[in-house]
Formats: sequence, C-alpha cells, structure tokens
Amino acid sequence: MQTRPMRWLRRNVVVLAGVLALGYLVLPNLVVLVFSFNKPKGRFNYTWNTFSTDAWQHPCGVADMCGSLTLSLRLAVYATLGATVLGTMTAFALARYRFRGRAATNMLIFLPMAMPEVVMGASLGTLFLNMRIRFGFWTILIAHIMFCLSFVVVAVKARIMSMDPRLEQAAQDLYATPAQTFLRITLPLAAPGIAAGAMLSFALSFDDYIITSFNAGNTVTFPMFVWGSAQRGTPVQVNVIGTAMFVIAVLLVVAGRLVGGRRRGARS
Amino acid sequence: MSAATAQAAGPPPTAPEPGSLPAALRRAAGRRRLTPYLLLLAGVAWLLVFFVAPMVYQASTSVQTGSLDKGFRVTWHVATYWDALREYWPHFLRSLLYSGIATAACLAIGYPLAYMIAFRAGRWRNVVLVLVIAPFFTSFLIRTLAWETILADQGPVVSFLNTVHLLDVTSWLHITQGDRVLATPLAVVCGLTYNFLPFMILPLYTSLERIDGRLHEASGDLYATPFTTFRKVTFPLSLPGVVAGTLLTFIPASGDYINAELLGSTNQKMIGNVIQSQFLRVLDYPTAAALSFILMAAILAIVTVYIRRAGTEELV
Repeated sequence: MQTRPMRWLRRNVVVLAGVLALGYLVLPNLVVLVFSFNKPKGRFNYTWNTFSTDAWQHPCGVADMCGSLTLSLRLAVYATLGATVLGTMTAFALARYRFRGRAATNMLIFLPMAMPEVVMGASLGTLFLNMRIRFGFWTILIAHIMFCLSFVVVAVKARIMSMDPRLEQAAQDLYATPAQTFLRITLPLAAPGIAAGAMLSFALSFDDYIITSFNAGNTVTFPMFVWGSAQRGTPVQVNVIGTAMFVIAVLLVVAGRLVGGRRRGARS
Repeated sequence: MSAATAQAAGPPPTAPEPGSLPAALRRAAGRRRLTPYLLLLAGVAWLLVFFVAPMVYQASTSVQTGSLDKGFRVTWHVATYWDALREYWPHFLRSLLYSGIATAACLAIGYPLAYMIAFRAGRWRNVVLVLVIAPFFTSFLIRTLAWETILADQGPVVSFLNTVHLLDVTSWLHITQGDRVLATPLAVVCGLTYNFLPFMILPLYTSLERIDGRLHEASGDLYATPFTTFRKVTFPLSLPGVVAGTLLTFIPASGDYINAELLGSTNQKMIGNVIQSQFLRVLDYPTAAALSFILMAAILAIVTVYIRRAGTEELV
C-alpha cells in the first residue's frame, strides 16, 4: 500500500522533472536580472554588493557598448531581410516543385546547420583573407545571411508543406489570377512560417559570436564587446541589455501568439 | 521576394480559346519547369559562394605551406594533418567527450520537459514553450557569464555541494578541483548542457507532439503499465526527435569554444579554442584548416555510425 504523497509523486514525477529542467533554463536569466541591479565592489560583477538602479538609469554609460549594440541591431535587421527573402524563395521551390537537383539542394540547405560554427567561420574568413576583402560590416553581413538562410528555409518549408493545396485551387477556380492567389492566399498562409524564420534569423544574427569573430576584423559587434569585456570585468550595463532583450523577446512571442490566436479565432 | 511575385504574376489567365490550348499549355509547362530554378537561384548561389567555396578553399589551405609575409602556396604538405593531430589529439578527445556527456545530459534533462510540454502541460503549454525559446533571444554570452556567478567559488552551487560533501566525490573523479567548480570540467560540461538544451527540447517536443494520444489509451487498455507504455510505445515513436536532438546538440557543442573559454581553465580547452587561436592569434592558417577538417571528419564518422545504429532515415 502506497502512501498518498508517494502516489502523487509517482504520478507527477514527469511534471516535477520538467519544472526542474525549466528552472535550469531560466535560472541564468534570473541571475542576469538580479545582477543588473547590483553595484559591484570591484570591476567584476560576480558577487552581490548593494542594490542600485545606476545601470538602468545610464544604460549607455559604458564606452563603446551602445555603439556595438546599434551595429549588431543593424546587422541583424539586414541579415534577417536578406536571409528571409532568399530563404523563402528557396523554400517555395523545394516545397512546391519536383525538379532535378532537388535532393542535392536539400543537402546543401542542411549542411550549414550540421556544421560546427568554428569550421564555417574559419573557412569563410580564410576565403575573405585570401581574396583581400577588407573585414568589416559587409563581411559580417555576408556570413550572417549565409548561416541564417538554412533556418529560414526549414521554417518556411515546414509551413508550406502543411498548407492545404486545395485552398489555392479553390482560389483559381474562383477566377483569381496567379498573382492574386499568391498575394491573398499563399502568402498569408505561409506568413507564420516566414515570421518564425525571420525571428530565428534575427536572434541568430544578433547573438552570434563564433562566426562573427572570424569575419569581423576590427569591427566590434555586441557579442564581441561582451566577449572582450569578460576578461576586464563585464559592466553592469551588459546585464541591463541582457534583461531588456529577454523581456522584449517574451513580449514579442506573447504578442505574436495573441495575434495568431485572434486570427484563428476570427476564422473559425 | 521579388522573383516569387514576378513569377506568380505572369500573364492573366484569360479563358483559353479551344484552338490555342496546346500552345498555352506548352508555354505554361515550360514556365513551370524553369520556376523552381529561378526561385532557387539566389539562395543556392549564396550558399555555393559563401559556404561551399570557402570549404573547398579551406581544403586547399590545409595543404599549403608558407608564412603570412611570404604568402602561402599549395605544396601538398599533408604532414600538417599529422602534426596537428599529434599535437592536439587531447583537445579533440576532450571536445568529443565533453560534448558527448553534455548531449547525454541534455537528453536526460530535456526529455521529461519535452514530454511534459507535449502531454501534461495543458493550458500552460504555450507559457512553457515561450520559456524554452526565450533564452534563444537573449545573448548566449551573457547567459554563459551568468553561470560564472552561479558556479563562483563562494557561490550557491559550491556551498551546496560542500554541505552534502559531493565536492569531495567530484574532485576524486577529477571533474572538479579542490573547492572550485569554476574552471573545471564540470563547469564546462554544465555550460554546454545549458546552452544547447533548447536544441534538444524542440525536436523532442515536435516528435512527441505528433504521437496520437489514443495509442496511450490503447496501450493502457491492453494492461500495459505506464512504464511499459513509455518503453514500448512513446519512446520508439519519439526516436526521430531523439536522433535529431542529439545531432543538433552534439555537433555544435563539439565545435564550441565559448563555454571552455569562459567557464573552463587552460586545462579544459576544446578544439574550437585551438582553431580560433591558430586562426586569429598564431595566424597559422594551414594548421587551422587541417584542424577544421579533422574535426569535421571525426563528427562525420561519429554521426554516420550513430545514424546507422539509430536506424532512422528521416532526419530533417
């Protein structure tokens, strides 16, 4: 005969393990949040000293940090635009058409995701170096579009494959031109996949350190600033930015769900 | 999307006149044959120029000799590979070992979470999913630095392990050193596990979510215990997710050097650290290239064996 707490534990062991894992995932974000309100004693923001909102009042109070931040944001916007446009076109071709070279193209899309970043970064860097292309904004952008592309293709392709082709056929039956069908039926239906791919590219581009470090030269993106500052003592402002990013990301995801939910609700 | 729209625009479909039908069809068929290639052009070209070409170039770099001042020339100096392997084999071994352990840990931690989201989260499902994905959108580096605080010498983890006397055990196992967790193998593996956990959870969740709940009921109706149901029904059906998740975790983890650099000491350097320093500091490009290719070959070998054994063909 089992006692009641034991039985409860047995039934909910999965939920408990899941909640613990979730705690593990979120814990560093909480630490970043808490230490954004710290006033560190020395240069290193590792141990709690006193509460202060200094960093939040002067988020750009550190030399070069906000410059690197705007650079990273700019890069992420361009990389997202480039990767989303190229990736969506590629995804349509792969999901909608049977053609010679399709398997090879699928392989080509899969490889960058299955390659360690150091290898990709180092080889692209070697190429730029030997073609005597100056490292900087453009080389970083090229690299970012390259590694974001595959993720967009996968996200958009999955969405297109799950779309009902009969909706487009119905549009055609109702005398919609191919352009009308594409703009009013196909594109809106594919939009969630495209949005997911774009969000993923933005996050990947904004966050990348490894590939960027091989292709940046003297240009300093935000992750490179954080990396450089780690040796000298990371300023508290970095925690502020980290927290703000987390909050914005959660809000964006929640907003996206709400909009998506309302659309679904309106349709049914 | 300019090409896509232009493609879709085409001529307006006027109601075809009976006589002109074959010609119009032929034109349409010709256009359809070309369409996928036009759509692919830009994306594939980008990958060929900035992904495949660099790899090919890297291969030629690995058999070059020379110096930065005099320039490098292809001399088919294959010995670079041998020298690189002889000097850095511990780093290779350590990378594969650390990322292997981290992958196993990710599976152990990620499976219950993915299972919970798929079957037990109910109306909390979306909240939990957001919490899994949200760390993706905050900086990888900042979160790794946060682990320095968590694992710090007087920090909560060290004092907890000390109180339950686990630190002596881990030190005896050589995964921690003395009173420290930071700058030890444990810290690096912990960081790797943490950073790549979402890559494990998402594919697991996707494949678990596809499982028809009625199979569980059927299994229960046939007097299977929950554990038997899991072992014989749920787990085998989630295998594609397990394979995809382990690959998505293992491969990037084995090339990572951020965790080893920030959470480890010089004794925990992984192969990524070596490649990076050969490339950016020592400026020995042939060695960096050779090391990249050895890493890729090792990963390819492991992945091939693994997929053969796991026996799943649908991966992506």
